[in-house]
Amino acid sequence: MSKPREENMPVIEKNENEIANRETVGRSQREIIINRFVKHKAAMGSLFTLIFIVIFVFSATGLNLGPKKGGLSIPGWWKYKITDIDPEGAIAASCNGGVTGCPTLDLAPSFMDGDGIRFGDHPFGTDIIGTDYFALVMRGAQQSITVMLIVGFLGVTIGTTIGAIAGYFGGMVDAVLMRLTDMFLVTPTIIIGSLIGFRYGNFGVVPLAILLGFFAWMGLARFVRTEFLTLREREFVDAARVAGASDRRIIFKHILPNAIGVIIVAGTLLLSGAILAETALSYLGFGVRPPDVSLGLLISQYQDTFSISPWLFWWPGALIVSIALCVNFIGDGLRDAFDPRQRRHVSAKDRLSAAEHKGKSS
Amino acid sequence: MLAYISRRLGMMLVIVFGASFLAYNLQAYSSDPLSVFGESTEKNKDYLIAATIRDLQLDVPPPIRYFSWLRGIIAGLWGDFDMGLSRSNIPVIEILAMAIPVTIKLVITATFLAIIFGISVGMITAIRQYSRFDYVMTFFSFLLFSLPIFWVAVLLKEFMAIQFNDFLADPRIPAGVIVITSLIFGVVIAGFTGGTRAQFFAVIGGAALFAGVVLSYVSATQWFLDPGFGIFGVSFLALISALVVIQLITGLESKKGRYAGFGVALAIALLYYPLQTLMTADASVLNVLAVFSVTISIGIGIGIAVSKIDRRVYMRIGFFTAFIGTFPIVIDRFMGEFSNYMNSDAVNNRPIPTLGQANDLLAPEQLENFWISGLDTALHLILPTLALTLISFAGYVRFSRGSLLEVLNMDYIRTARAKGLSERTVIVRHGMRNAMLPLTTILVNDFAGLIGGAIITEGVFAWKGMGQVFNEAIRNYDLNLFMGVFIITASLTVLANFVADLLFGVVDPRIRIRK
Repeated sequence: MSKPREENMPVIEKNENEIANRETVGRSQREIIINRFVKHKAAMGSLFTLIFIVIFVFSATGLNLGPKKGGLSIPGWWKYKITDIDPEGAIAASCNGGVTGCPTLDLAPSFMDGDGIRFGDHPFGTDIIGTDYFALVMRGAQQSITVMLIVGFLGVTIGTTIGAIAGYFGGMVDAVLMRLTDMFLVTPTIIIGSLIGFRYGNFGVVPLAILLGFFAWMGLARFVRTEFLTLREREFVDAARVAGASDRRIIFKHILPNAIGVIIVAGTLLLSGAILAETALSYLGFGVRPPDVSLGLLISQYQDTFSISPWLFWWPGALIVSIALCVNFIGDGLRDAFDPRQRRHVSAKDRLSAAEHKGKSS
Repeated sequence: MLAYISRRLGMMLVIVFGASFLAYNLQAYSSDPLSVFGESTEKNKDYLIAATIRDLQLDVPPPIRYFSWLRGIIAGLWGDFDMGLSRSNIPVIEILAMAIPVTIKLVITATFLAIIFGISVGMITAIRQYSRFDYVMTFFSFLLFSLPIFWVAVLLKEFMAIQFNDFLADPRIPAGVIVITSLIFGVVIAGFTGGTRAQFFAVIGGAALFAGVVLSYVSATQWFLDPGFGIFGVSFLALISALVVIQLITGLESKKGRYAGFGVALAIALLYYPLQTLMTADASVLNVLAVFSVTISIGIGIGIAVSKIDRRVYMRIGFFTAFIGTFPIVIDRFMGEFSNYMNSDAVNNRPIPTLGQANDLLAPEQLENFWISGLDTALHLILPTLALTLISFAGYVRFSRGSLLEVLNMDYIRTARAKGLSERTVIVRHGMRNAMLPLTTILVNDFAGLIGGAIITEGVFAWKGMGQVFNEAIRNYDLNLFMGVFIITASLTVLANFVADLLFGVVDPRIRIRK
């Protein structure tokens, strides 16, 4: 195995350079990056899945914007709310001696088994008191996604600002800001999260998410700072400064666009961390409280009934895992698109032609 | 150097001071210890409120109260350490002293397992970049990354504990399960070894056949009811560890390497019965240490004996083979007590527990028996360890894969190949060693994060460690207890950062610590 590889190294390398050049000739940086991302199948698949999940979840439950009364309210398409209780429906669909309503969802077509594809009255079954579980899961997912987006947005904004200022100005400003970052960083997120969640969890999910967002920026600030430290020494920054650009202009117009890759990649990592943190907090009882629901809370409520009614446990878990998995894959695709050093994409066709080269040379 | 260290230490103090000030005020302002009296109808409500205010000094503003707490910490400098009392009037330091060992016990095995498996799998995926194995492991590690640990824990409880215990009532494995498991095992092993297409299928076939035979044996003899490796299992595992160690250190083509490794494996097989006399019923940890020191000294001795030159290399082979190969002997001894343990009233034939850190119902004589109580602890550790390992495994895979890939693109790797070194030497000596450098930072930080890092796991499995203490502190508005947990985790984190930086300067001479 070892010998042929040594011989063929130059061939493969030449081939890879050709592929890399073919990708970039005559294109702008943005086109190259978008092109690379679109080619990443797992990332594109995840992106579509995630968009589908978000639209599905938010349209099922509807949206309430603004204050509780008088705000903009769009009803969802799903017929039950998390407050609707339907004991008859639960009993009608019940199994396991009528403790909970079994799921009426059947995806197996009639020729395999079951009664054909149907959604039924309670596709995910009902919980113990007869609340429709589909409504609960959709509401929970909506809450979890909301937290994820708010925490992500706040974390990226604060982190980028602090990192950019520290990295650009350096010196005393840098030292002070970085010590501040360290102070926030030495506290495990789960500890601060629990503290905040225990006190403010009952105020609803948005205030909780905003508070959590104030403690989620440290990693990103460090990344952005490092990037700024190297970028500010580059010639184009000197050129801008000589041309008389202000600090603000240099930061926003010259350096930030060059650091956007690091920010986006670290931001997606932040997102997947945020959804796992929210579900963990809710699971511990430090996040979203009943009567409202979140995916972590649902899992914590029904973990003991796993052997009797496993669907109460599978569905929220499956949603958390798919959302986090999609975000992680998108992050991976973005990293490859912005920084292709770690992973060069060699398509099957390219590999075939490389193999032909190999065949000729040996 | 001294100036650097003292400057860093000063900075650490500032950070811990700032962070603790922040945390103290955050906790003080966000908690309301008087809220429990809100609905109270007791007659002496006012008195109770006044007493609480007095006890917790609630009339002092938190930023000032912080300094009275800090005084106790600073007093630690002259050995008068005081973290205050918890709300149940127990010194915080005592509570922490009870909790920390529990947490360490819970996480230490999982961390080691995750590091060992994560780094090996990560490096193999890097060497076989873009292979099927790489793609499967990449997907797998992303999946593990995305799993909430409490969800994994519930699944493990159901499938690894409840259903496994049910299975033990009639421990026969269905033929279909044997076939499928063997095939999966074969594919995984083949993914590890790689090679040409023909070799790949040969390895799948061989490994699957082997797994099939083992599983059928396990099923037919009802092995799970009275498990054990026996002398054959121990010898076989010693042989495997010898193979791996030789391959990594000198390569199998080295004659002296083979002598050293296989010699030690043979010695372990021969020592199996003699060593049993060391592991008596009234044994303790010391006996286990004695077993290890016997085998390791023999291993090093064999390493010295096989060669007159380059002795250190062969001593290393002897040492590692003996070290790894001795574990089966000791584990075998623990397994010997399994049927005793399982049939006892306390366990009632359901050996894998879903909750707790020890079985409280065990008889005193069972608790005194090192092997039975050790087995009890091990069985209680299985589920949390599996959950923690699965979760943290993914991070190590990704990190070590990226690290090795970066190193393999370096010029010195090309130089090493150009010099005509064997591929094994290039990868192990030049590649893996350098890829390990950035990992040191991660490892040190992870060990520091262990103590505060298992809050959820402890909750799910009802272990009474730091996580439970912290949980209690938040729910009872126990400021001193909260700060106790906080100061431990925070100081460990800063300290770990510092150690990691120093260590990095030591292992990587290219990094010079600024004076």
